Amino acid sequence: MKGNEVIAHAAIHCGCDGYFGYPITPQSEVMETLMEEKPWETTGMVVLQAESETASINMVYGGACTGKRVMTSSSSPGVSLMSEGMSYLAGAELPCVIVNCQRGGPGLGTIQPSQGDYFQACKGGAHGDFHLIVLAPNSVQEMYDHVGMAFDLAFKYRNPAMILADGAIGQMMEKVVFGPQKPRRTDEQLAKEEPWAATGKGADGKGRKKGNIITSLELKSEVMEVINQRLQAKYRAMEENEVLYEAIECDDADYVIVAFGSSARICSATVEMARAEGIKLGLLRPITLYPFPTKVIADLAKRVKGFLSVELNAGQMVEDVRLAVNGAVPVEHYGRQGGMIFGPEEILEALKKKLIK
Amino acid sequence: MEKVEIKQENLVYAKPRLIKDNVMHYCPGCSHGTLHKLVAEVIDELGMEDKTIAVSPVGCSVFAYNYIDVDWIQAAHGRALACATAAKRLHPESLVFTYQGDGDMSAIGTAETIHAAARGENVVAIYVNNAIYGMTGGQMAPTTLLGMKTATTPYGRDPRLNGYPYKIAEMMAHLDGVSYVTRQSVHTPANVRKTKKALEKAFKNSLNKGGFSLVEVVATCNSGWKQTPVASNEWLEQNMLPFYPLGDIKDTIK
Ligand SMILES: Cc1ncc(C[n+]2csc(CCOP(=O)(O)OP(=O)(O)O)c2C)c(N)n1
Ligand SMILES: [Mg+2]
Repeated sequence: MKGNEVIAHAAIHCGCDGYFGYPITPQSEVMETLMEEKPWETTGMVVLQAESETASINMVYGGACTGKRVMTSSSSPGVSLMSEGMSYLAGAELPCVIVNCQRGGPGLGTIQPSQGDYFQACKGGAHGDFHLIVLAPNSVQEMYDHVGMAFDLAFKYRNPAMILADGAIGQMMEKVVFGPQKPRRTDEQLAKEEPWAATGKGADGKGRKKGNIITSLELKSEVMEVINQRLQAKYRAMEENEVLYEAIECDDADYVIVAFGSSARICSATVEMARAEGIKLGLLRPITLYPFPTKVIADLAKRVKGFLSVELNAGQMVEDVRLAVNGAVPVEHYGRQGGMIFGPEEILEALKKKLIK
Repeated sequence: MEKVEIKQENLVYAKPRLIKDNVMHYCPGCSHGTLHKLVAEVIDELGMEDKTIAVSPVGCSVFAYNYIDVDWIQAAHGRALACATAAKRLHPESLVFTYQGDGDMSAIGTAETIHAAARGENVVAIYVNNAIYGMTGGQMAPTTLLGMKTATTPYGRDPRLNGYPYKIAEMMAHLDGVSYVTRQSVHTPANVRKTKKALEKAFKNSLNKGGFSLVEVVATCNSGWKQTPVASNEWLEQNMLPFYPLGDIKDTIK
């Protein structure tokens, strides 16, 4: 199955309540698959084609305000239109899942794969001090698995979560193992598990005394600062508890490539090629881009000779690698842009030229 | 303040049960206060206190959640009807309504508004048209009348420079998903009663899943208009109502 199709099945299987989206290549198959599957007849999941990504993200916001498990998906230009909504979701502390199947930019760019939205995804990407939780799948199976994971994290922290995929993984066909069909939460369960949500005062069966208000607005600076501190404490807890990564042949490595998503797939071939030549190369693949595996990289920096950050962009994640390494050893970047993809040999060449010399 | 006991037989007026005790931030003379009272009364009379999800986007009425005691979603500027769409579809038995200004609905939120209406979402949009951006200090709105002075049309709105005002209610009446469009005001007691009836009708229509309803309320903004409350009411009658005539614009409720 295609990565994008799998996102749709995963949404249905994990008990998602609503999907709201707008077509854009290379992710349109997500909504197309949902419309074909008609989950409203089976699980009761709502699927709606909105008039724009601005509308979809605000539908997601509206649904999230009522405690439901809601999501949207898009590709780079569409995600830009969602940035206002993402800031409101983070500000009002709302859980939801956003899938970005990245394509090359800036502007309308190309419909070919890219990782040019790393900054946008990991550094907030909209106004205000906030973070999304960001997951980076590197296979069709992970596209499937990350949907449920993203919902769990989003609800654990009451924070929007993004799956940062790209056109390559979205369009790629691979075998996938489905999980069980989880039931959608009943309104009674929802009222019990999300007592903060705007469900109507009577949702708990007893009737709350006071209405619930979901807002990101606070005009008193001294209160707004406290809200910001609460958000930052949440981000610190994520950094402490939720970092996920895969380390391939890093134990004895002299050099380590840091790469995520489709780039990491290509880099694993580079590792094999390098090892065959006797170069001790490892690969560190962040699975969560936010929170970033800073500590792991800092520890590696104590014993390796250098890092190469390999990305389908002009050098974005490399900044986070450099922050983690903090000058201990050289950190270089190799990337392609505009929808062009590197091959494993090309990366090995770059490693030799930039680091081994 | 000393609490005054009023004997039941002398009671002719009471604060609606769902209006909170918070001091309102609205300027004296503003229409929002009166309209809030009507909305609170109608929710209570329909027995929908426990099943209401209200949406307040950005504008003076962003703080409506401080005054009417139901569950509220505060939406981004213009996006109320996208939020309401999802809330209603995910909670189909709830009463879902938005409470929006003219800038919110007919400038920044036009797309979200027209499409929610075209889809025939079973929600009510309450549209407070004061022909100005009240909250940001009285700038021109899409509804600002020709010749009207605002902070961004200091010499009066000139169509060659600023374009023409438009009536989103009449536009929405053309859409198949829309079953009820009415324009009311709250500047006299008689109009207050009519507005309440219109709200009742619209809320019932959405609960019966009869399609989209729009209740426009032509309102005063005496601070923005730089007039006394009394003069504003007169100005509304003489200037606003000829361009925004009151009454039902569409009613296909079965
Ligand atoms: C995206 C965005 N742009 C601009 C603003 C600033 N803003 C706040 S309220 C408002 C105008 C509201 O006018 P209206 O909807 O007519 O409501 P009123 O205050 O008149 O009741 C504007 C422009 C904002 N909050 N968000
Ligand atoms: Mg206004």
